[in-house]
Amino acid sequence: MMIPTMRPQLQHHLRTFVRLFAIALLLSIPSSVHAHLVTTGLGPVYDGIGHFVLSLDDLLPVIAISLLAGMRGPRPGRFTLFLLPLAWFAGGLFGMQSHPAHTFPIQSISFMVLGVLVASNLRLPAEIVAAIAILLGAIHGYLNGGALSAAGPAAGTLELLGILAVIFVLVALVASFVIWLRWDWTRIAVRVAGSWIAAIGLLLLGWGLRGGNPL
Amino acid sequence: MAWLLAVAVALLWTQSAHAHIEHGQAAGFASGFVHPWSGWDHIAAMVAVGIWGAQLGAPAIWLLPVVFPMVMAMGGFMGLIHLEFPGGSKTIEIGIALSALLLGAMVCGDIHSKKPGFLIFAAVLVGLFGLFHGHAHGTELPPGQSGLLYSIGFVIATGCLHGCGIALGVIHRWPIGRVALRGVGAIIALGGVYFLWEAISGGGEAPKTSVAAVYLSIGLSLL
Repeated sequence: MMIPTMRPQLQHHLRTFVRLFAIALLLSIPSSVHAHLVTTGLGPVYDGIGHFVLSLDDLLPVIAISLLAGMRGPRPGRFTLFLLPLAWFAGGLFGMQSHPAHTFPIQSISFMVLGVLVASNLRLPAEIVAAIAILLGAIHGYLNGGALSAAGPAAGTLELLGILAVIFVLVALVASFVIWLRWDWTRIAVRVAGSWIAAIGLLLLGWGLRGGNPL
Repeated sequence: MAWLLAVAVALLWTQSAHAHIEHGQAAGFASGFVHPWSGWDHIAAMVAVGIWGAQLGAPAIWLLPVVFPMVMAMGGFMGLIHLEFPGGSKTIEIGIALSALLLGAMVCGDIHSKKPGFLIFAAVLVGLFGLFHGHAHGTELPPGQSGLLYSIGFVIATGCLHGCGIALGVIHRWPIGRVALRGVGAIIALGGVYFLWEAISGGGEAPKTSVAAVYLSIGLSLL
């Protein structure tokens, strides 16, 4: 007599357990993740801007080349303003196709070379500054393009255009500010900033060689 | 009906995303920034670099703060690739203590010269001590934190300490200010004696004469 009354209860408990288990399973399924690309919700151009602004390994070298160009005067400043974004764009398009895998020592070398050039206040001709800007843009753009393509098939040229826009604005602001500086101590402050960037690059190289988390 | 509602809620629920979560990124900057402020021996030496630069005037006032972070990063790099000084950590501790002692003595004596060779001597002295400070401080990244942000925080904090020294050194233009700076130098040098004793004795108690000398120098400089 007990079995017929127990069976529906058991079935009820079993059903409840299965339902709860199903809900728990649904809740625990991880969603897809768009790696390394900041999603602002404002569209791909702003995603690119957000990605660049939050990527200090790209941001600091651009600040450094802007300081260098600004210290050398208006002509290198103009070269850098236009050539750096163009080289970045070309490198980015190439990087989207070839998916670079390892990026580690490149950032630290960029930091060190540009930092030392700013700190030492070398009187480089405008053409050399322009060549450095092209090289920097091509290499970092190439790495950026690879990061964008790794973030998913949706990421592409519009994100890259966002990055170019922010680079153009940043170079324009920083280089023109440094050109405007007239007092000795302000130019010394720029050189000190260069030494800091070089020091950060050297430490970054050490972290990478040690096998830790360099970025 | 309740069952369907529960499933709908579950499907609409924000799901957990396990990949690429970056914990401790901002903490990397904070750790790096706090590190140079964590020991009086480091603070004393770095402030002394700034003050000495201010006493020496241009071009040393910018040369020393430019040289120190770069050579300090070289010391950090040596530590990161496990390139040790002969004698290990004891040598580093003694080097740091000597930096406070000698740089404090330079400030205390207001030692300067217009000869070009003296500028090189100052840069080499500051750079040499920068190696010890970098080796001790540049290598202690807590697990999971960003090396880049740690390095940025570390270098900025060092620059801020130099800035404090240079700002303090502005009073060098007044006669009373020059005396005060020499008093600060005396405090730093005597602090260096104390740190040197600690480094040599392996963290043992400093002799009472050394502690008394520090207090005496503080009193004299206040007077």
